[in-house]
Amino acid sequence: MALFQSQSDAQLKLMDAAVRMRGRSLWQDALERFRRNTAAMGGVIVLCLIALMSMIGPLISPYTLEDLSWEAIGIAPTMTNSHWFGTDDTGRDLWVLTWMGARVSLTIGVMTTIVAMSIGVIYGATAGYAGGRTGNAMMRFVDVLYALPLLFFIIILVTVFGRNIYLVFLAIGCVEWLTMARIVRGQTLSVKRKDYIEAALASGVRTGTIIRRHVIPNVIGPVIVYVTLLVPTNILVESYLSFLGLGVQEPLTSWGVLISRGANSLETAPWLLLIPATFLAITMFCFNFIGDGLRDALDPKDR
Amino acid sequence: MSAVLKVENLKVHFPIKTGGFLNSTVVPLKAVDGVSFDVGAGECLGVVGESGCGKSTLGRAILQLIKPTDGRVLWLGENLCDLAPEAMRQKRSDLQLVFQDPLSSLNPRLSVAEIIREPLYAADPSISRGEADQRIDEIMSDVGLLPEMRNRYPHEFSGGQCQRIAIARAMVLKPKLIVCDEPVSALDVSIQAQVINLLRKLQREHGLSLIFISHDLSVVRHLCHRVMVLYLGRMMELADRDALFAKPLHPYTQALLSAVPIPDPALERAKEPLILSGDLPSPLHPPSGCVFRTRCPKASPKCIKEVPAVEVLSGGHQIACHHWQD
Repeated sequence: MALFQSQSDAQLKLMDAAVRMRGRSLWQDALERFRRNTAAMGGVIVLCLIALMSMIGPLISPYTLEDLSWEAIGIAPTMTNSHWFGTDDTGRDLWVLTWMGARVSLTIGVMTTIVAMSIGVIYGATAGYAGGRTGNAMMRFVDVLYALPLLFFIIILVTVFGRNIYLVFLAIGCVEWLTMARIVRGQTLSVKRKDYIEAALASGVRTGTIIRRHVIPNVIGPVIVYVTLLVPTNILVESYLSFLGLGVQEPLTSWGVLISRGANSLETAPWLLLIPATFLAITMFCFNFIGDGLRDALDPKDR
Repeated sequence: MSAVLKVENLKVHFPIKTGGFLNSTVVPLKAVDGVSFDVGAGECLGVVGESGCGKSTLGRAILQLIKPTDGRVLWLGENLCDLAPEAMRQKRSDLQLVFQDPLSSLNPRLSVAEIIREPLYAADPSISRGEADQRIDEIMSDVGLLPEMRNRYPHEFSGGQCQRIAIARAMVLKPKLIVCDEPVSALDVSIQAQVINLLRKLQREHGLSLIFISHDLSVVRHLCHRVMVLYLGRMMELADRDALFAKPLHPYTQALLSAVPIPDPALERAKEPLILSGDLPSPLHPPSGCVFRTRCPKASPKCIKEVPAVEVLSGGHQIACHHWQD
């Protein structure tokens, strides 16, 4: 007892000043590591610039999305008459089109990922935590949905409900959550056997609270990494849906629409393909760098 | 001393699938097989045995974290095995658990205050933030942690401090029984002493009953009032600490005690150790009759045929052996 007492006093004197500061959570540590990663921080900055330009870009230009002009069909990029990125074959300004397309593409990328993440994390964590027969049945259902071809599914949705941007969110989100559910289930299976889950059970904590407080925060690391890789995937999926004419509808545009139309006039007006394609590629790179940075930051042992 | 916990003929069998895909059969793994004992109010019962003898399973089965296959666990006269999950959940504030590995028993994403607050909210969701905070501060100083550390995270603490956090989490609901599953075997020796003295202090101050699972006999001798010896899921001997350490009756207990080193070179050299041959048999295929017979120096043909019944001797000394009088 005396040993314990003196130890406690010594601790008190030694740590008196230091102890009063707030503790640093694992999240704060990860943020610190992420900040030191140049490529990832560069990705964040460039991505923010693109997002910012998608908001203010169309306002800077004197033209709007609906302005068709017979005098300005197929003009190459020029500084003289404010068609900085040139115009397309109907005389619309490509600067405006590119940034309006960025709005749609980024929104679709982020929204579909949020849909996929919400469904996938909740479903996967429940399946993993329930385990046994219930968990297996839930994952077999996922397997069945996996077998459903994405395009087929979306064509059915479009024929039934008509072309609609919200439908695209839903359709892509509803397909992409499957992989998310598998990742989360696998992680949950390993977290479930940890002592702190058993301690929570022994304290009488309810199942829902255990999943929310103990399982999800501890499986979210790999999920965040996957999310940053899912955003560009979903932007690409939207591009090829638009390429096939199943995506957003005119006059609204997206990078996918622009690239698909630009591809038709590659020989006469290459800028119509190259400019939106460059921005799409830059965005992909940014998300991938951020994903890599997050993986290193969240799991320092895994490098 | 009145018994708060009575365990009667407790069995935990895990079904294990063997054989191929087509001809698979289910074999029961008898982790705990017919163990009976009781624990008095304010008593500390030590449970000892080698690894794989069912100590931890026994502890978890008492708390219904693993459903027992058979037998009864009577807590204040009520059979916990029969309770519906929700009714059992409400009993949990009386029965708590402390783990072997202090770091893995704490969620790395929660701060100390959040970890200790969790049982409070689980037991009473309407508890006010102020009252919860006050009880967290009280219990933290009780277990020798500075309340200023409440916003820190488990990875910022040493193993001994983590174990104190785990004890604080178990103690915050003022339980009547704590199952300690090798709480000190992951700590170094000087910290072991601190944590054990802490447990003893808390036990005396709060009239707590402890089930102390360990394979460290000197720790058990220091802390426990009675000691139960398990072998392959069965009870071999159960006696008061002094009786057991002074005069062990079961050949297995004798072998265990003779393996404890004596901190005196002369005595240690003079001692004739009773060394068991062989390993613990597989609990999937336990030996017939007495499970200890394959390694027992006193084994006889009778031990192969008959399972020794538990005999109760004077002073509550219980023993399961055909030849203890030889």
